[in-house]
Amino acid sequence: MLNISNLHVKLEEEDKVILKGLDLNIGAGQVHAIMGPNGSGKSTLSYVLAGRAGYEVTEGSATLDGNNLLAMDPEDRAAAGLFLAFQYPVEIPGVGNMTFLRTAMNAQRKTRGEPEISAPAFLKLVREKAKSLRIDPDMLKRPVNVGFSGGEKKRNEILQMAMLEPRMCILDETDSGLDVDAMKLVAEGVNALRSEGRSFLVITHYQRLLDHIKPDVVHIMADGRIVETGGPELAFRVEAEGYAHLQQSVA
Amino acid sequence: MMATDAKRKAAEALLHVLPLPGREAGWAREARAAARTRLLDAGAPARRDEYWKYTDPARLTAPIAVVEATDARPDVESQFGEVHPRRARFVNGHFRPDLSGDLAQEGLVVNTLSQVLQQDIIFARDLFGKLEAAGQEKIARPLAALNTACATEGLVLHVTGKVAEPLHLRHDQIGEGASLMHHLIRVESGGSLLLLESGTVTNKVLEIDVADGGSFQHVLIQEGPRACAANHIFARLGAEALFKTFTLTADGEMTRNEVVMEFTGDNSVGHIAGAVLANGASHIDNTVFVTHGAEHCESRQVFKHVLTDKAHGIFQGKIFVRKGTQKTDGYQISQAVLLADGAEFSAKPELEIYADDVKCSHGSTTGKLDETAMFYLRSRGVPYAEAEAMLVAAFAEEAFTEIDNEALAEAMRAHVARWMAGRGEGVQ
Repeated sequence: MLNISNLHVKLEEEDKVILKGLDLNIGAGQVHAIMGPNGSGKSTLSYVLAGRAGYEVTEGSATLDGNNLLAMDPEDRAAAGLFLAFQYPVEIPGVGNMTFLRTAMNAQRKTRGEPEISAPAFLKLVREKAKSLRIDPDMLKRPVNVGFSGGEKKRNEILQMAMLEPRMCILDETDSGLDVDAMKLVAEGVNALRSEGRSFLVITHYQRLLDHIKPDVVHIMADGRIVETGGPELAFRVEAEGYAHLQQSVA
Repeated sequence: MMATDAKRKAAEALLHVLPLPGREAGWAREARAAARTRLLDAGAPARRDEYWKYTDPARLTAPIAVVEATDARPDVESQFGEVHPRRARFVNGHFRPDLSGDLAQEGLVVNTLSQVLQQDIIFARDLFGKLEAAGQEKIARPLAALNTACATEGLVLHVTGKVAEPLHLRHDQIGEGASLMHHLIRVESGGSLLLLESGTVTNKVLEIDVADGGSFQHVLIQEGPRACAANHIFARLGAEALFKTFTLTADGEMTRNEVVMEFTGDNSVGHIAGAVLANGASHIDNTVFVTHGAEHCESRQVFKHVLTDKAHGIFQGKIFVRKGTQKTDGYQISQAVLLADGAEFSAKPELEIYADDVKCSHGSTTGKLDETAMFYLRSRGVPYAEAEAMLVAAFAEEAFTEIDNEALAEAMRAHVARWMAGRGEGVQ
């Protein structure tokens, strides 16, 4: 589904190279985890895939179902089925959460040539999904993420994911800032979405989250590359031994 | 202050091009003469005047003849959404009773300016040119004096009670030419009126006198790419009075909106708000002067500018607090979002305070739309233009909350949405 080959990325403004030949292939229905120390390029990878400005791809490719992601606008990547759950969800004062969600849903549908969702159908769906994520209906009425707690913001990301039904979900440190209960709730939300046609890339520092979202494949990233790939047991090794020895083995 | 010869000559030229008013009552002739003197003493506005630093008055002082009324469509669409007001229509600056609805309502007496200036109506005599003159105490406003000297068209509204339905003054300019209008409004104690206005008038003055306990609310829409307009609103508020005005200016070659408001009685509230949507080489200037001449009064100025292409938005806002006007609460905010590199915003906030127990604040910001928010919206599939429109709507919202009537506020939001959707395609 997602195929990344020899991806090199630098910051546009600083000439600093972040990704240095990254390869990653995620098949349909698979859950991959990327772990790695701070500064290894995990968040950059997620932003580059979602199409954030400020990065320059100098070499390599990234495709979703064979379509060149890197040539598409962020909104077209979303319509093609890519979703990034942000590490720091953005507060947008003045834009209602519901309006935002419905606009996004209908825009994606329009791009794909599908009919718009009706207001009653949308309401029913969003209430149902919000309930399962234990999101207070009041939160839906408030401006996007404004005044939300850290946990509420992350749950709101998962709610958007559940509504938009993307095929390729990237979770960028969705566990950061969450207590154990909130993490379980988020993980349940993610697990409910797991299906044969939907893949996940879970970016995290800690093995904790992977207790709840069981990955098929675990990658270790360091210095802009995948340096080790294995099964779920790799995450436990990181938890026990840290990244230090990995970075030494790279160097 | 005496004007330079050049400025005086330019003022004479302005008077020269406009026809002299016909037979009028003695008091009206005196008011006209006083206005002519004010204009000649001040001279025509010039770019080097401090008050015209950001706006070249040349386009507003070009002598243009008033063109006779041509035929206009009898049926026109509502510009105020779900609000359905009584409508008074003007075409090329002339009142057209044949195109207007029934304007009389309980609590409201409507006359034309020309009728009133031939009679001896006390409140009109105390109002016509009087608030305009008072509004020139600190700063000369020659275009307003020109209006008082020459304008013969306009309505005189006497609000004696709570007027149930809003009144809409609609102006259509057909073809080239200028239009001149002067409206007088007196709101008696306990009276209230919601006045709507639309259309661009070359030179317009509203003098509004709100007596103790009276309430006056006003919403004006002006739009159109070729428009040139100099508007003046002079408002005087008695005690425990309410005054709210909101102006939406969309595009237009050259617009100068001046609002001059003075509190003369205690415990009153006066809010002046506006939204500016400007593309092309549009130039839109909102200039506000609020005088606190009584205690415990609250004034607010809220202006939001959405500027693109090479448009230039200007806000000059002043809060003047007279000696002894304790417990004054003055607030002023002007903000601009620039949607293109060539767009420009100039702001000149001023506070002049001679009382010690007051609360006054002002702020001004200019910037692009938040890039992080744009990316967030787009990453969820919202196309660029729609994401921009959502953030612009959110940006402008504070100005719309100044409109008490929710249906009217909604009509303004819809206006912004249409403007954003049509932007770049030449759609107005």
